[in-house]
Formats: sequence, structure tokens, C-alpha cells
Amino acid sequence: MPAVQETVDQVRRIDVDKYKYGFVTDIESDKAAKGLSEETVRFISAKKGEPEWMLQWRLEAFRHWQTMREPKWARVHYPPIDYQDLYYYSAPKKKKSLKSLDELDPEILRTYEKLGIPLREQEILAGVERPDGTRSRVAVDAVFDSVSVATTFQKELKQAGVIFMPISEALREHPDLVRKYLGTVVPATDNFFATLNSAVFSDGSFVYVPPGVRCPMELSTYFRINEKNTGQFERTLIIADKGSYVSYLEGCTAPSRDENQLHAAVVELIAHDDAEIKYSTIQNWYPGDKEGKGGIYNFVTKRGECRGARSKISWTQLETGSAITWKYPSCILRGDDSRGEFYSIAISNGRQQVDSGTKMWHFGKNTTSRIISKGIAAGRSNNTYRGLVTTSRGATGARNFTACDSLLIGDKAGAHTIPYIEAKNSKAVFEHEATTSKISDDILFYCRQRGLSAEEAVALVVNGFVKDVLQQLPMEFAVEAQKLISISLEGSVG
Amino acid sequence: MNVDVKPMKTAAELSLAGVYATAKARLPGGGAVAALRESAFRSFDAQGLPHRRIEEWKYTDLRALMREARTVAAPPDAAAKDRAKVAPCVIGDVECRRIVFINGVFVPELSDLSALEPGLTILSMAEALAKGDVRVTQHLGKVLDNNDAALALNTALMGDGIFIHVAAGAAVDKPLHLSFFGPDTPASVFTRSLVVVEKAGRAMLIESHEGASDADYQVNAAIELVVGDEAHVDHVKLIAEGVKALHVSTLLASIGARARFNDFTFTTGGAVVRNQVFLRFDGADTVAGIRGANLLDGKQHVDTTLVADHHAVGCQSRELFKAVLDGDSHSIFQGKIIVQPGAQKTDARMMTQALLLSDRAESDNKPELEIFADDVQCGHGATAGALDQNLLFYLKARGIPQKEAEALLIQSFVGEAIEGIEHAGLREVLLEAVAAHLAARK
Repeated sequence: MPAVQETVDQVRRIDVDKYKYGFVTDIESDKAAKGLSEETVRFISAKKGEPEWMLQWRLEAFRHWQTMREPKWARVHYPPIDYQDLYYYSAPKKKKSLKSLDELDPEILRTYEKLGIPLREQEILAGVERPDGTRSRVAVDAVFDSVSVATTFQKELKQAGVIFMPISEALREHPDLVRKYLGTVVPATDNFFATLNSAVFSDGSFVYVPPGVRCPMELSTYFRINEKNTGQFERTLIIADKGSYVSYLEGCTAPSRDENQLHAAVVELIAHDDAEIKYSTIQNWYPGDKEGKGGIYNFVTKRGECRGARSKISWTQLETGSAITWKYPSCILRGDDSRGEFYSIAISNGRQQVDSGTKMWHFGKNTTSRIISKGIAAGRSNNTYRGLVTTSRGATGARNFTACDSLLIGDKAGAHTIPYIEAKNSKAVFEHEATTSKISDDILFYCRQRGLSAEEAVALVVNGFVKDVLQQLPMEFAVEAQKLISISLEGSVG
Repeated sequence: MNVDVKPMKTAAELSLAGVYATAKARLPGGGAVAALRESAFRSFDAQGLPHRRIEEWKYTDLRALMREARTVAAPPDAAAKDRAKVAPCVIGDVECRRIVFINGVFVPELSDLSALEPGLTILSMAEALAKGDVRVTQHLGKVLDNNDAALALNTALMGDGIFIHVAAGAAVDKPLHLSFFGPDTPASVFTRSLVVVEKAGRAMLIESHEGASDADYQVNAAIELVVGDEAHVDHVKLIAEGVKALHVSTLLASIGARARFNDFTFTTGGAVVRNQVFLRFDGADTVAGIRGANLLDGKQHVDTTLVADHHAVGCQSRELFKAVLDGDSHSIFQGKIIVQPGAQKTDARMMTQALLLSDRAESDNKPELEIFADDVQCGHGATAGALDQNLLFYLKARGIPQKEAEALLIQSFVGEAIEGIEHAGLREVLLEAVAAHLAARK
């Protein structure tokens, strides 16, 4: 079935030429010399005042990176990237160290206001009202090009015992904690882009939630690329200790420019026994114009490890931006009874290329994972779901359910599904489906018995499911997200 | 890791080059055929044996699995012919026209080419190549554009095989049974066949591959198939090679408009089996069913790779593959449905299911969709798991012993795929083969 008009309109509203965040902030910045060498790595490390072991770690990564080749297996095409033609470090010029937000460059404050991300705590307090009357509060770490410019609510979080700060600061204040966990989920030699990131990452967020603590508010990082010809390489590390819970959000935008910019981030999540991490992304990097000129190359490595028993990691992503997306948020389910989830909505338009999906590695006994992915391709874009579900021999009782649907709008777009399902244990049960007709027949029957059409029933089941997750997002994000997911399922092609 | 590695030539690759160099002078066909061989070998030589870095061969690393390349088998002696003559027929008493190959060579005295139906032509491929028969050369190597390394190797070294031509409107009632017997020495066999069914023709092909259980032989078999507009072709392949055999087979088919094509592969034998099916839908409104079942045990490694490429409007394809895995066996299914721009109203469904009876068995599934048209219905599903304990309990509660209950459930699991075969007699033969396999289970 072709897409219904409602869907077509919805997607048009977020078409590439309607990118709202394409403005440039005019501020002076401090940059490293163009190009990449050991000198650049040393420069970044020195700029951050890092301990010696960190510098060595970076240099090792850099030396390994030089022996690596750019991966070519993804279904994306782009001209070769000249890694020597990029700035690897760019930071807004600082006059002195900041005591409060009032000392922050007003240009930057205005930028975040324009983006709808208030950095002043009182504004956040007065922010959005939830349906139940409570106010939503989000602690924000704002990353501008290569550095974090502000982190809100630090005091209140400290009282709860939660550490939430730029990773560069964490390296100074909690070096042992960072050293203990950094690179344990995504090793410095993991893949071409992750290794590059390990060598040159400049900032990002660090979160540690101590045992038994439920983080009192949503944590969030807002990434903004502003400077020309710079690559953004941020690194996020989140640790949820035993029995803790944290919900983390990230948002990203960049100015509209004619040349492509590189964004190669690494995100590592670690959940100990009974801990839960919920990680949500609204990715809205500049997608390039109608003809595919400009836009961000979003080459990101995101991986979480359910290290402890009964732990849970959940990835939710809403992808609308970037010229090219190459991103597979994954879960290593090591602890027994641990659980991994991946919910994704990827919408591509113009000449965008998306190659995204997830990997679920089942190592522990009775581990479960669930993958729900929806790809919508319009214009001349290509949208690929690529997923891996695998078990080790010992993963007795592992279960996976995967559903990936794609929708094509217009006959110039392409939608592709490439799942890998590897079962190595007879007591593991894997189910994969990519047709809308096969979501639990019982539920469908129940709905249809009550007068809904098959399609309405499916829409109700899947949307209800996805919405359930998206409603966990703070309202600022949820509003944008709702707009994107109220898309009809009619015409899904699997 | 993405470290740049230039693979060295393996011993098998080097000896294949030697095999080609010594064999090419006496391989059938001159001129155009020799040129085709030469360019195919150059393509193979450039690619080398497929390995896990080649996405299409990710799960079947032939570089590792094929340590040595065997020399080309000698023509069969009288003893081999006698053995084939008395061997029980793998398809039982299904009435058919038998065409026998031993060591990759056509054996006329064991084949039945008498009183061919009107419109049916059957020729040995070696003969057709030697004569440069234009009915063969116009299609050979041209049915589909395919750069697979294993196929290239087959093209370079193809010895014998069969050429079958069914004239427009001709109906061949008796199934044609291509019965291949592998060598009983450590040797290799490269067969190539071409089947052309012209407009509104009707034919059924049964292809069986058997061999001695103690011989460590290698088979590389390929069939090119042209299904004309409105033609109706059935193809059933039984892979029952010896337990040490390495078997690679390729089917390339181009299917015309309003045609019907039914394909089934039943794999029980062979140590390493790679079964490749490449289909291209060239005409509108064609209906195709591609199915298969693998019953594996021991250390068997069986890879089924299927590409269904929809180029035309309104075609329907159904794929269903079942695997029953015992011991340390490994079953792979890679299926890819491509819907080209303009192939609107395509209706394609793919399902792959694996039943793991042992904790050491492994099932890898990769059902892919690649879609460039918006008004289509495509779907795929994949499942892997053990027998349903509730169903087992239900049967046992009714007094059926464990082993029988398991056999019943497995039979119905595999039966779903076998039901897709149109020939009733053959369906029965395969269901019996499943029952026999299950009865022999420990």
C-alpha cells in the first residue's frame, strides 16, 4: 500500500529544507591547529589538564587508528573524508573561569535559548507543566563544539550523590572512577570512528549514580556544533551502580553549512546489578539541503553493558537529522536476567542516508531483549535497518523479539532491512518479524473483535507501545517526538 | 577490527590455478567458450576463495573450510557405473526420465533418452560445448549477471552437464531426474547445465546429488535456467552427498511474465554445503515459490543463500525455509528480496525457521529486504528455538512416548515447507525421508 496523505504531510513538515536550527552563533573561538597528529592529541589532553595515563591512552588509540581503514560495509556513500582538513578542537574563548552562568558569553546563552534549551535553573523550574501538575526538571550539560559550557543543577544532584559533569572535569575530580570504566564497553581499538574518538575526544558528559539512588531528575546533554570545519568528538560515560536508576537524554543540532561536518561520538553505559539506564536521543543534526549538499556525518558508537544481574538498558532514538547516520546503539547482556531494549524511529528525507539499528549480545542466562524499529524514507533518501541478535552457548533461556517496519514515501526512496539472527543455544527463543500482520495475533484478534480494523489494531498496539516509552521523555522532548511518531503505519513494507 | 590485510593465496587457491592450467586444454569448447572460461578464471583468481570478509559468504568461510582443492575426477570406470546402476533411487518409484552423471560425466547407458516428448531436446553439455551449439552458447553465462567467485570457478572448469530445451507450448509430463553421483576418490567435479523452457512450456526437474560416504570429494554444480513467459517450471533438488563431501551449487534463473516457478531444496547430506539461488523476475505477474528444508546432524555446515530480484510489476514470491538441527550442526539462511525501482505491486514474503534440538547446534539467519518501490508488500520473519514444551506435554499426556512426540512435531514443522511441492509422489518421498531421518535419531 502507498503511504496515506496524513503521513506524507507529517513527513513534509520535517523535510530537510525546513531545518530550523541552521543559524550560526558569532563568537570567537580557540582552536587547535588544523589536522591530526600526535601533537593534536597532546594539545587536547594538555588543554584539558588531563593525567598522564589519559594522554597515554589517547596516544595508544591514535597509533592504532593510523593502522585502521575506514569501514565500507554500511549502505552509505560519501566522498572520502580528509582527516587532515579538520579542526579537532574548538572552544568558545574564555575570559576567565566561570563562577556562574551570568559570566557565560551571552551569545552562547542566546544560542541555547533560541534552541529552546534554557540553561538558567529558574527558567527550567518555571518550564513546562506536566499533565499531573508537577513541573518537569531537567539538568542540562551544554556542549558547544568541543567543550561543555554549562552544567545545571549540579548542587542538587550532588546532594543525591549523583555525579553529573563534563567528562573533562570528571577526569580531574574523579580520575579513578573514570579510569575504572572508560573504554570497558567500547574499547579504544573498537572500530575506526570509536578509535578516532578515543584519541581526540574533547568533552561529553560523565554520570555516576551511586548504589540504590534513583536520580532525582532527568539528565540531559545538548550538543551543538557551531564552528566551521570542526569535527565534534564527544564521549559520554554513564555508570548506574547497584539498584540505581537514571534517565538520560541527548539532543543535537548544527548550523546549515555547505560542507559536511564530522561527528564521531562514543557513548558507554554500564549498569550494575538491578540498575536501570534509560538513554534517549533526539538526533537533529543538519541534514544537508534538498540536493544533498552539506550536512553532518553522524558516525557514532553507542554501546551499553548490563554488567549486573537483573539490570536493564533501554535505548530510545528519534533520528531525523544528519546527512549520513551510521549508528548502532547496542546492549551487551552479561548479567543473568538482564534486559536490553531498543526503540527507534528513523525518518529520512532529501538525500539523507541512514544505516542504523542495534546489536543485542546475549551472554547471561534468561536475558531478554526487544527491538522495535520504524524507518520512514521519503524524497531520495535511503533508510537501512541493520541489526544483530546473537547468543553465546551459555545464554540459556535468552529471548528476543524484533519488529522492524519500513515505510516508503514516493518512488525515489529506498528502505532496507538487514537483520542478523544467530542462535547458538536451543533454549533460546528468537523471533523476528517485519510484517505488520504478525504482531501478536491474540491482541490483534482482541482489538478486531471490538470493531477496529486490522490496521487500526496494529497502529494501536505499536503506537501505544512506542508512545509509552516516549512519554517518559520530558515534555520539551516529548512534544517534538510526538509530532514525529504520530505517523500512520499504513503502507508499511516490512 | 578494520586493519588492512591483503590475503595471501591459500594452498587451495594455488592448486585451483594449477588445476585450471592443466585442465583447460582438454575442457570442452573452443573459441567463445574458452574465452568465457578464461575471463571467469581471471575473475575467480582476482577474488580468491570467498571468506567471511565477503558479506555474501559471511557465515561460510570457504577459505577456511576448503583447505585443499582436489584434482578433477577421472571419467567413471565400469565398477562405478555398476554401483550407480544398482544404487536405490533417491526418489523412490516416482515415475521420471532419469539422466545420470557419474564423476561429473554424462552416462548415456544409464540414462533414458528414448522416445523424448515432442518439443523436448536433451544434449550432453560436453557435446554441446564441443560443437559450439548456438542454442547453448547464446545463453551460457548470460542468464544472469553474477560475479560470485564459486560460480566463476564453475564457469572456468565446467566439464559436463546437460542441456535441456523445451519448445514453446510443449508440455513435458514426465519429470526429468538429473541424478549426480560423486566420485569415490578425493577428487572434484564441476558440472554445468542449461535448461531453457520456452513460452508456455511445462517441465519438472528433479536434481539429486549423492556420493560415497568415505570419499572426501568436492562438487561445484551450477544450473542456468530460463523460464519463458507463461511457462511453468518445477525444480526440486535433493542434496544427499556423502558425509565428507563439500558441495557448492548455484541456480541462476531468469523468469518471464505470467510464469510459474516452484523451487525446493532438501538437504540431508554433505559436510559443507552451500546452496545458492539467484532469481530475477523479468516479466510481470509471475508467481514463484522458493522453499527448502535442512535436516542436519553431526558437524554438518549447510548454507542456503537466496536472492530474489524483482524487476517487474506485480510479481509474487514466497520463500519458506526450515532447518532441524541436531548434534554440532550449523545451518545458515541468507535471503534477500530486492524490489527494483518500478517493480510496483510486488508481493514478497520470506520466512525462515530453525529448530534447535541440541545445545551445540547453531542457526544463523539473515533475511534481508532491499526496497526501492513504494507500493509493495514485503515482509520477512525469522524464528529460532527449541521444540515447544507445551506441545510436547500435550502429546505425552495423551500417551505418546517422548521420542515419537518429538518426531511428530518435527515432521509437521518440516512438512509445512514440503507441502509447497506440487508433485504429490515426490512430496510423499520427502515426507518418508523425514520420517526415516527422525527414526534414526538417537
